[in-house]
Parts: sequence; C-alpha cells; structure tokens
Amino acid sequence: MPTDHELALKSLLYRRNLLRWIKHAGAGHTGGSLSCVDILNVLYNRILRVSPATFSDPRRDRYIQSKGHSVEALYVVLADRGFFPESDLATLCGYQSHYVGHPTRHVAGIEQNTGALGHGLPLAVGTALASKLDDAGFRAFTLVGDGELAEGSNWEAALAGAHYQLDNLTAIIDCNTLQITGRTRDVMNHEPLSEKWSAFGWAVRTVDGHDLAALTAALEQPLEAGKPSCIIARTTKGKGVSFMEDVGKWHHGVPSDAEHAKASAELDAAIAQLVGGAA
Amino acid sequence: MYSPAAKAVAEKLGLQTGRANLEEFADTLLALAQANRNVLAVTSDSRGSGKLGPFGHALPKQIVEVGIAEQNLVGIAAGLGSCGKKVFAVSPACFLTARSLEQIKNDLCYSDHPVTLVGISAGVSYGALGTTHHSLHDFAVLRAINNITIVAPADNFEAREAVRVCAGHDKPVYLRFGKAPLYTLPAADTAPFTLGKARELRAGHDVAFLASGETVIHALLAATHLAETAGLQCRVVSVPFVKPLDHAAVLAAARECRAVITVEEHLVNGGLGEAVAGLIAQAGIATRFKIVALPDEYTVTGSQAEIFRHYGLTMEGLSATAQGLLDRN
Repeated sequence: MPTDHELALKSLLYRRNLLRWIKHAGAGHTGGSLSCVDILNVLYNRILRVSPATFSDPRRDRYIQSKGHSVEALYVVLADRGFFPESDLATLCGYQSHYVGHPTRHVAGIEQNTGALGHGLPLAVGTALASKLDDAGFRAFTLVGDGELAEGSNWEAALAGAHYQLDNLTAIIDCNTLQITGRTRDVMNHEPLSEKWSAFGWAVRTVDGHDLAALTAALEQPLEAGKPSCIIARTTKGKGVSFMEDVGKWHHGVPSDAEHAKASAELDAAIAQLVGGAA
Repeated sequence: MYSPAAKAVAEKLGLQTGRANLEEFADTLLALAQANRNVLAVTSDSRGSGKLGPFGHALPKQIVEVGIAEQNLVGIAAGLGSCGKKVFAVSPACFLTARSLEQIKNDLCYSDHPVTLVGISAGVSYGALGTTHHSLHDFAVLRAINNITIVAPADNFEAREAVRVCAGHDKPVYLRFGKAPLYTLPAADTAPFTLGKARELRAGHDVAFLASGETVIHALLAATHLAETAGLQCRVVSVPFVKPLDHAAVLAAARECRAVITVEEHLVNGGLGEAVAGLIAQAGIATRFKIVALPDEYTVTGSQAEIFRHYGLTMEGLSATAQGLLDRN
C-alpha cells in the first residue's frame, strides 16, 4: 500500500506520462484524463483487489470505465500497475494497435469495451449482481462522466442498483462540469446531483476528486449497508496543468510542442518540489 | 393460420400439431437451469409473455427482473455474462433489438460475452398491435453487427435444440421465435440441428425453398402442393441460422435447382433473402430468384395468419410465386 506521499507522486507522474503519450499519438482526451487520474490512482493503488496476477480470478474486484474517452489515464495507471509495459503506449491510436482511443478487452487489465456513453453503470450493476448471486464478495466500480449523466440508461441502472440493494456497487461521478459543447449546467443541467442519487436510493458522498485521502476514505468501504454508493467527485478538467485547467478546448485538445514542453515543465517542477519536500 | 387446403396437405403429410416455440423454449430453459445454477433468465417485465412464470417459481434465484428497461436489460445481462453466468435475456423482439441495439453492439458483441438474447413474439406475432410491436428489422440490424449468431427455429424440435446450442455456446446469440402453435416438421431424425447448418426437409431439383423460422412450414406445404398439382419436385431447406449462413447448402440449392425462393417473416431489406442473394451472386451463379418477405411499405395489421396471407407467405402464395418464377422467360 503506497504512502500518501508516494500516491501524490504517482498522480504527478501519471499526468506527465499521459500527456506524453497523447502528444506522441497526436490524439487523446486530455482534459478528462487529467480530471479523473487521481480517482484511478486511488482505485488501482489502494482500493481494487486486482493485479496482473489475479486478473483471471473470478473473485477480483471489477473496474469499468464508463467515460471510456479518458482511456489515456487508465492506460498509464494500468501500465504502472504492471499490466503491460508502458512502452506499449508508443502505438497508442496507431494502425492495428490494441491501444485504441477507448478501452477494449484486448488490453490487459480492461474488463469491458466502452466508449459509447451510458453503458458502464448497467454493466457494473450486472457485475455487482453476479457477485451477490454467488456470494463472491467482490465489488464493482464504475467511473461516469458528469456530461454522460444525460444518457437515460444511467438512470435505468440507478433504479436497478438500489432495487437489488447492491452495496458492493460504487459509481464515481467525475464531475468536472465541462463537456464538449460547454458547461454541463448549460448543455443539460443535472444538478442537484446529490439529491438525485439520494432520491434514487443510493448512499451519496461528495468529495474533492483530487484529494487522494478523501477519495480513499470514500472508496475504502461501501458507504451504507444495503445501498449502492455514489461518490460525486468534484474535479477540474485539465487538472494539474495551469493553462488547461477548466478550459473546454482541452476536452480533446492535443498540446503543441511548446504547450507540451510548458506542461511537462510545470509537472516536473511539481514532482521536484514533492520529492524535495520529502527528502 | 392455415387454409382448409393447407390443413389437408399437412394431414396427408402426417404432421402433428406441436405447441408454440415460446413454450418449448421456457421448458427447455427451465430444465437447463435446474441442472446448472449459472443459467439465468433476465427479463424486462416480460416474465409472463416469456412463459417464465414456472421458471420464476421453481428457481427464484436464477431469474433477474430489470423492469421495463431494455437498454438496462442488455447491459446487466452483459455484466452478469462477464462474471461467468450463462444468461438468457428475454424480451419482445421488437423492443429488444431496437431499443437496446447499442448495448447489443457494444456490451455483448464488441465485449464478447456469452449472452443469448431471446426475442419473443417476433416478426408479426403481435400483428394486430401495430408497427411498434413488429420486429421486421431484427435480422437486418443484427446481421450488420460482428460477433453474433442469429437463429430462428422453425418448429419445437429446432427451438429445443437451439436453446441447447445457445447454452453451450460461449458467444452472443440472438434467438427469435413467435407465439403461435406450430406443426412439427419431418426430418428431426435425419437432419440434425447443428450450429451454422441448414436442414434439408425435402429433396427436389425444381424450386428450392430456403426458409427461416415460422415460414418453413408454409414452404413445406407449398412444395408438397406443387408436387401434387404440378408434378414439381421442390427442395425445402430450413435455414434456422440466418447468420452464420450455411454457404454450402445455399450454393448447392442454387446450383442444383432451377430456381431459388427465400422465405422469411422479416422485411425484404437486409434479411435472409438478401444474404442468400449476395452469396449466390458472388459465387457467379445466375438463377431464377425471388425473395418472399414483407415489402418495404406500411405494414398491414391483423393476426399473424392474416398478415402472412396478405403478403403471400402461405402454401397458396408460395406455390403461385414458384410457378410464376419457373414460367418467367
């Protein structure tokens, strides 16, 4: 189990690495990967009972990334966890590469092929239900974008998760308030989110989605027996790179050489500061 | 369903009246689930229409209700299937293959999970209820998706065997049938039911009828009628697998018979007929050919039998089509 300091360092390294691979590929969902990478960091380094050695174990915990477009964050975290060599990402979005722009089961560590929105939560409900039917004890987690909540299938699954009292199911909303057209509240307002999920019968906690300790505390255990958990992670799109933060164009913007150098320099400085601070 | 003349032909053939494929499905599934606790039925308020009441009573822990939510039905079924469950997701074909098409494409076929979609009351089984309740698009949309098998059993034997094949198959399947009682077809002993294979029910070299699902009986009656009235020897092939299509059986029919007629309870676009046409044309075979299906127009309503009669999917209609095709210059 990594320390808080090690975890914080991982978040910075993941950011730097995912930007590197997006730059290399000339494609990617930069802003959303940066908004959710701290959540993936906590999940894969502290919460999920899964590793390359246990990936075929039927009792492993499952993670399903509903917001499949932020796959670059998932790729760098899975590589760090040893599912595949990070150098594989040199083929990201390339001809015949398995590392396509959305998750597929061709990549080690990935449970479900996603990319069309509104699919992760129903899949996670079925997964959590399978665990309950067999009394297998594993948990199912899904990461859902906030813009994605306009898909009606999420709300069908929200009903089912509560109906079957799936307390082994956790939906994490990456609430970065921006989608491709603009502010989510302007495109299709979904607030008040907490009240909605509560009304659907879920146990809800709102956290700072970049606070690794708060995320750990929220995800360690189901929030309430007999209810599925909804973690509303308030995040910043483009988090960690000053000029990308909360700027819509970075939804799938690829940095220029100069922008990439500037972003890397910022992250390297943060890494140096963190490492120096600990020394 | 049958005219007096058609009934008389069926009697001469000694065909027994069976029951609806829906009932055959429900009983077969129950037996499979009793032997294997990983077999699950998932329903969308469709327990009653799927004849799964007895299943629910006998095995309450092996039936999952998702409510009227077909997208969720398929998503949850995929999640269950990904965890080792052998899932039969049961819902009226009209909703199952339209409302949840993206879930079928991505969650089942792309992610590759062993789920059987059971489209009940397919085609125009709900004929009087209007177009909302018809599924005349399902072969076409699913044929255009990679990694799914499409099965339309013609009688109780094929239905029973199809359920067993689905249970033993580790891939997505679409199983489609109606709710009317069916005659039991001959050749259960001589033509085995095998994944991807067509079944020859009657030999002949004049017209080959390649039919799927609940239209097969009408092709068989037509072939018998044509033998009696016109001295024609027509081949009847049941094609339960619309995908993968049995290439050998189709090409043999096209090469060995004077004409080919396909028959299906589907729109003329994108179904069995166009699959057969594409195969024959690409093999370089020139033959007399006709697709008997529902035309691309506002579909008439009525009972399944009335709609079949309206569009010529009957002994009389198919016999006339065959003779017209052979008479054509």
